[in-house]
Amino acid sequence: MTTVAHAPTKAHHEPMSFWRKYIFSTDHKIIGIQFLFVSLFFLLLGGLLAMQIRWQLGFPGKPLPGGGILPESMVSGGVILPEYYIQLVTMHGTFMVFFAIMPLLMGVYANFLIPLKIGTHDMAFPRLNMWSFWLALTAGFIMLAGFFVPEGAARAGWTMYAPLSARPDLSGATYGQMLWCVSIVVLGLSSVLGSVNYITTVINHRAPGMTWFRMPLSIWAIFITAILAVLALPVLQGAAIMLLFDQTIGTHFFDPIAGGQALLWQHLFWFFGHPEVYILILPAMGMVSDIIANGSRKPIFGYHSMVFAIVGIAFLGWLVWGHHMFMSGMNPTLGSTFMVSTLLISVPSAIKVFNWMGTMWRGNLRFTVPMLNAVGFVSMFTIGGLSGVFMAATPVDMHIHDTYFIVAHLHYVLFGGSLFALFAAIPYWYPKMFGRMMSETIGKWHFWLTFVTYNLVFFPMHILGMGGQMRRLYDPTQYDFLKPQQPINEFITIAAFALFAVQLLFLFNFLWSLKRGKKAELNPWQDNGLEWSLPSPAPHGNWERPPNVYRGPYEFSAPEAGSSDFLPQHVKLATDKEPAGSIER
Amino acid sequence: MTHATATANMMHPPAPAEPGSGVYSNKLGMWVFLASDVMFFTALIGSYIILRFGLSEPWAAPGAVLNVPLTGINTFLLICSSVSMVKAYAAIADGKKYFLRSVPGKMLQDGGLKFWMLVTILCGAAFVGVQVFEYFKLVQHGLTPAGFREGSHYAELALADPVKYGAATAGLFGSTFFTMTGFHGFHVTCGVVSMLYLYFTKVLPEKYSPTDFRGIETIGLYWHFVDLVWIILFTIVYLI
Repeated sequence: MTTVAHAPTKAHHEPMSFWRKYIFSTDHKIIGIQFLFVSLFFLLLGGLLAMQIRWQLGFPGKPLPGGGILPESMVSGGVILPEYYIQLVTMHGTFMVFFAIMPLLMGVYANFLIPLKIGTHDMAFPRLNMWSFWLALTAGFIMLAGFFVPEGAARAGWTMYAPLSARPDLSGATYGQMLWCVSIVVLGLSSVLGSVNYITTVINHRAPGMTWFRMPLSIWAIFITAILAVLALPVLQGAAIMLLFDQTIGTHFFDPIAGGQALLWQHLFWFFGHPEVYILILPAMGMVSDIIANGSRKPIFGYHSMVFAIVGIAFLGWLVWGHHMFMSGMNPTLGSTFMVSTLLISVPSAIKVFNWMGTMWRGNLRFTVPMLNAVGFVSMFTIGGLSGVFMAATPVDMHIHDTYFIVAHLHYVLFGGSLFALFAAIPYWYPKMFGRMMSETIGKWHFWLTFVTYNLVFFPMHILGMGGQMRRLYDPTQYDFLKPQQPINEFITIAAFALFAVQLLFLFNFLWSLKRGKKAELNPWQDNGLEWSLPSPAPHGNWERPPNVYRGPYEFSAPEAGSSDFLPQHVKLATDKEPAGSIER
Repeated sequence: MTHATATANMMHPPAPAEPGSGVYSNKLGMWVFLASDVMFFTALIGSYIILRFGLSEPWAAPGAVLNVPLTGINTFLLICSSVSMVKAYAAIADGKKYFLRSVPGKMLQDGGLKFWMLVTILCGAAFVGVQVFEYFKLVQHGLTPAGFREGSHYAELALADPVKYGAATAGLFGSTFFTMTGFHGFHVTCGVVSMLYLYFTKVLPEKYSPTDFRGIETIGLYWHFVDLVWIILFTIVYLI
């Protein structure tokens, strides 16, 4: 095995001030890390909101512990008010979808991984990248400001259904609703700028030899997701602008009394919203594919089918938005069309799940923390995917629409899916980001405790939903038919507190390892990706010269590798030809 | 590429060897951005179509509320600015960096990049100016985003002829009109501001050359797109 000299990159530029280097940075790695800290903050915030929701559902009418610090407009005698409760569910959804999961996947890992994995110096437009981060942060603070204005934050659910959201006299919140719209418009701009960057970089800046079908699946997934984001976010922006105008300058887009159409909002929102759910899961799938191949020491099973499944999911994702609206009044023929297109998505999704299992089958499994979480992702995503089939079927959806069944489903794909993938990705690329490893011991405790408590929280929600408990319900005990289910609610609440407490373990591990973690080796996971040919953390500008790429990223246990069980993409064997356009060395 | 230049150009990496799209990144990025802008206008225009044709009451007749001749002239201005943008592109492609230059045997002087970019900027700015004037007049006569203002000129006209002036649908008329044309105007303004910036930082200092005029081509793409959107908007908002 010949080795390619990878002279550690020297710093070729004048030293930069702290502000240039860490705050207004144009380096994709720093921007990724900035996104990481900001979105972890919003993740924690969303979790805190969820705890308050759970308290109210488990123990309605009982004073919230520590609720005394909240103002009178939110709690009365420590008890959460209905007006505040609806803000909680709205903002929990909004923060988690738009400011935690989406930036964690697309802000952090798209930024951090694309240049490192395709072998380039930085993004195509580094300054645009910086703008993307600062716009996202601004949007986050605008959203957060909702809690501090008179009447509190937005109150119409994260889906902002009109006319409730369009008419302050109905929702009771004037400024909160406006801030939601403004924040979403700013966030949309941030996502579009970021995605333009990702797409251009992947198309134009791959290293010599990094052909399309040698790209890691994480990059494929991020690339396709960026296309979805570029096309979907502007629709939401347009809708949010119309909603904002309805609230402020007296237009009538969504107000039926003045000739507008409330259903129009639902169509626009879900036309964005369904691609959005794949924006939230595809990058997770991509990163999990990388981690599972690495943890199984086997090439990914069915690489091409994985790529085409990503493309297939992304394409079908545009044709299914109506399945959110089966109960909104829809022509049955149209409903059936949406039902069929939705069920079709389970085909590429199943291809991916079977390919992951095929990858692990008879592999030389290494249950590191990233691998454990990646396997957790596959199992939880499967459950979430299967419950999705129930809702895709119109007749079943009639019964479970807007109940806790949907809450269970979306948490299985968003928490069990995306967040488990992130619990895999964060420790996996942590050494590349910070030069240190996260603790394996704490990580394993965190995984198992999360896995158990998470299922204790969300699985019973399926039962609650079948029993008819509505989502966004303030007090389940107000209906006689829901009273027998109240012990389940109490159980979920206690489990949810445990789940939240376990996440503090992760937070501790993350922060503690920054300074105290074990120093990372050059290639701690023995992976083939180009990023591991660099020192950790990688220097500004990554490579002195782009590396040459000789093979795909999943050459594990290849006979050519000799005694080693992995064969990095940049390592030239005697039989390898130099890729077209490679740089003389 | 020698090692020294590769090192010196680290922040401006050489064109990657994996051929990619064959289109330089600024242009590719602009195309992707325009794809997203298409979706933005699709949301607005699609909503307009659904709202307007979902109504049972009549919509205001073409030209009843809006001043079609004035906007027709404005449309002509914008199309002219697209032509001058192409002329600017052609000028720099031929290496004509100058403003105007006499050509022997021809009556008119030959325009260079500086001239045609200035024409484009002025036409764009004039378009925005006329639109502001149009808005001002419309609001003065009583068309607001919420419909006809009570007691206004249009409200009286609509009372006299509710079919022609779409009295029952004026609310949506105002909503869609101001939102769609307003966001188009915003796009034109952004284009004019960007072109002014390029004019002072790149065009006047003669930074562009026949081998590298990416800024002109990229802003040109945007400008033609904005023009195209206007032709669609003018047709569906003013003429139909």
